[in-house]
Amino acid sequence: MTHLLPPEFFTATVPLNAYLILSAILFAIGACGFMFRKNIITIYMCIELMLNAVNLSFVTFSYQFGKVDGQIYSFFVMVVAAAEAAVGLAIILTIFRNRGTLQIDEIDTLKN
Amino acid sequence: MTLEAFFFYAFTTLALGGATLAITRRSAVHAAISLMVSLLGVAGLYLLLNAEFLFVSQIILYIGGILLLFLFVIMLVNLDAGRGLRQFHQRWPLGAAVTAIAGVAFAILWSRAKLPPSQTMPDVGNVELVADTLLQDYLVPFEVVSLLLLVAVVGSVLLARKRA
Repeated sequence: MTHLLPPEFFTATVPLNAYLILSAILFAIGACGFMFRKNIITIYMCIELMLNAVNLSFVTFSYQFGKVDGQIYSFFVMVVAAAEAAVGLAIILTIFRNRGTLQIDEIDTLKN
Repeated sequence: MTLEAFFFYAFTTLALGGATLAITRRSAVHAAISLMVSLLGVAGLYLLLNAEFLFVSQIILYIGGILLLFLFVIMLVNLDAGRGLRQFHQRWPLGAAVTAIAGVAFAILWSRAKLPPSQTMPDVGNVELVADTLLQDYLVPFEVVSLLLLVAVVGSVLLARKRA
């Protein structure tokens, strides 16, 4: 037995297109939140949501083509997301220490 | 309904519901918890796609690592001060409409797409396969990404340090 789920479990009742559709919808939800949230931390969460949606596409295609490469890319995306979260949250902490707010409206030094 | 379809729809509900709550909750902590539900749903879908390694790393890395970091930062910064402030952009219906159109367009595209018949993976365990490929074909990217992690850790400590 090479997989956690036995082969009898897979009855091919769910087409792979369904996974891709779900990935597209998840990405759209993430992009939507990215556009209308006003708080830096929640905007960051929306970025994670979008990365996760892309990962789902990668894994679906990996299953489809019978190659493990898609899962490797997905793993790299996860690692880069972790690095991004570490640096990004440090930046958020610094912004909060210097300005006392995390509302994107009030962090507009570059705009003026 | 077969067991496979049942679990697919259950995990889809988790993923979509969690994502929707994550972008609509006013409180950042609630949003983070909803995001965790969404990530758990996607982890279940990885299991249905025979990607056990990613299923485990999603839970350990995303939920145990990244999301916990988010929660820590939310606790560190005082978000109560901004509770009365506006959490959503004034013109949020416009953004929602644009992304809804894009999402529906892509969903229709994917539902029409004819994928070639799927090929089967080599008959070894998923973790063994990932390990072999990662340390043979992708050795250089693997080392580069570990260097990136090191730089990110050092950089974030430097950034978040209090000025002496």
